Amino acid sequence: MTTTVPPVAGAPQAPATGLPAPRRTGRRAAPGSTRLTPTAGVGLGVALIWFSALALLPLIAVLVETSAGGWPVFWSTITNAQTAAALRLTITQALAVTAVNVVMGTLIAWVLVRDKFPGKRALEVLIDIPFALPTIVAGLVLLTLYGPNSPLGVNVANTRSAVFLAFLFVTLPFVVRTVQPVLAELDRSVEEAAASLGASPLTTFRRIILPALTPAIAAGAALSFARGISEYGSLVLLSGNLPMRTEVSSVRILSYLENGDQAAAAAVASVLLLVSLLVIVVLDVLQRRMVRRG
Amino acid sequence: MSIEVSRVGKKFGDFVALDDVTVSIPTGQLTALLGPSGGGKSTLLRIIAGLEQADTGTIEIEGRDATRLPARKRNVGFVFQHYAAFKHLSVARNVAFGLEIRKTPKDQIAERVDELLKLVHLEQFASRLPSQLSGGQRQRMALARALAIQPSVLLLDEPFGALDAKVRKELRDWLRRLHDEIPVTTVFVTHDQEEALEVADEIVVINDGRIEQVGSPDELYDAPANYFVMSFLGPVTHLGGKLVRPHDVEVHTAPPALAVAAADAVGAAGAAGGLVEGTVVRTVRVGFEARVEIAVAGADGTGAVDGAPSAGPGSSVEAVLTRAEARTLGLVPGTTVWLRQAPGSISIDAPAGAPARELVEVV
Repeated sequence: MTTTVPPVAGAPQAPATGLPAPRRTGRRAAPGSTRLTPTAGVGLGVALIWFSALALLPLIAVLVETSAGGWPVFWSTITNAQTAAALRLTITQALAVTAVNVVMGTLIAWVLVRDKFPGKRALEVLIDIPFALPTIVAGLVLLTLYGPNSPLGVNVANTRSAVFLAFLFVTLPFVVRTVQPVLAELDRSVEEAAASLGASPLTTFRRIILPALTPAIAAGAALSFARGISEYGSLVLLSGNLPMRTEVSSVRILSYLENGDQAAAAAVASVLLLVSLLVIVVLDVLQRRMVRRG
Repeated sequence: MSIEVSRVGKKFGDFVALDDVTVSIPTGQLTALLGPSGGGKSTLLRIIAGLEQADTGTIEIEGRDATRLPARKRNVGFVFQHYAAFKHLSVARNVAFGLEIRKTPKDQIAERVDELLKLVHLEQFASRLPSQLSGGQRQRMALARALAIQPSVLLLDEPFGALDAKVRKELRDWLRRLHDEIPVTTVFVTHDQEEALEVADEIVVINDGRIEQVGSPDELYDAPANYFVMSFLGPVTHLGGKLVRPHDVEVHTAPPALAVAAADAVGAAGAAGGLVEGTVVRTVRVGFEARVEIAVAGADGTGAVDGAPSAGPGSSVEAVLTRAEARTLGLVPGTTVWLRQAPGSISIDAPAGAPARELVEVV
């Protein structure tokens, strides 16, 4: 694993030093050239090694593992009724939860930034708990609260609602935390300008504030979705993992691995990977379009 | 009168921002609200715009009671110190915003936006984003945006405060010309007395949440109602228990003929003799001016104000001469001079316990 790192590390340096760029006496290189200062070069090198070792390599490993089985294995795995159902459930629930988070997260961020109320500081801290809690602890909490012995009288155990609830719980902070700082930094006089030009509070929100928040909301949504489709610990206790009904992709991957079918596990993982990537790209495009449209 | 402010009071916690303010803003004129920071002038402007609610009192705009009207229904144009540009919208869309809200037909919007961008000389920047404009251009855009809705009054909150001196001066002249072209009732807030004197038809001096004086620039300068107004409109110095402007201090290297001095003294300064002896401490030349600091004997110069020794405030007089005058007189530190107030110049009695120099420096 480590043997593959040096060539990666060398890669960013090669164009920097090997480039036959015309030497200039000026302080800065000509616009458009990619020459780096020594410190920037080191920084880029370190960043790339880090990124490669921690993110790129495992991603490639998954794809390599998938391709080891070849196309037939991949196709038969993901078209397997049980696997397909698990993927469908995971993706639809994650999308639904993300949609809810976009609205609720923005609302909570708004309340935290704009309103003064007793207990605000406490709420600030509490928001992060779903994120900070070990997921299996979260699973236990959810089982106690919404399981067969629910003190609230709400029993969602072994239903799809359990999956939804668990996703909702663990992804709560993402949109809140990405939107909050952006909202806090917004210039209030811009809203006052809109008001003096005749805009109602709702119009001001839709046409002035929302476009400013959109990148942050999109980033939070992407995080929330990615966290959702990968969730395991918090839902595994409450959902019951019933094949075709409440079994999610991560549980499916685990059962493939337990059966020693690495290629199939990798195939499911690849699908999740591609879906994540797709969602991130789509969110980015949507976000840009929204900002431009105003 | 276009805007009637009557008995308006506003508190922020314990801080009294406005204390029973009553003022009328004349129609079609450029009015400056002038005063030091924290004096309440911006609060008054924001209350007129509806961005802030008055605790007490009423606001009338063009004969209509606007006290309880939200900002969006007052039809006022507001320009902010830091532009408040809609960052994600192009310059043209920024200007069009108010018209779009009013559901104006698209072709009319386009026409009006074109017209306004020409007016503020930004027609070639229509499709740029505000971030691609300089500060002065952004403020002109903000002005066009505020004018687009054909406001009954235009309010500007320190509109040039964030710009550098040269651009500020240009925009100031330009605003004056613009106002002559489009005579919409305009109120602008400034702490810069030069800006107010230069641009405004009428100046309202506000300090400590109260109105000190209202009048034309000439009235304010020639007949300041009190010590504060006088010192805020320019530097002042103590001379013989009076406050005078430094350029109204005559400097003589020999005592002028007594008869003349006495006659002048009765006419202008009103104090017997009116002549004060002192010694030049320092001369500073700034451009065409020479500023001369003169130490005067405590009893003569500042007896009415305080009895402090020479280092104390008021015991030195500042005089401003032209460079040529200073050269002719040959003023160097140590020169003994005789000072008096120039005939026909204005002065007011120095208030007890308020050293002029300190206030001037704060301003």
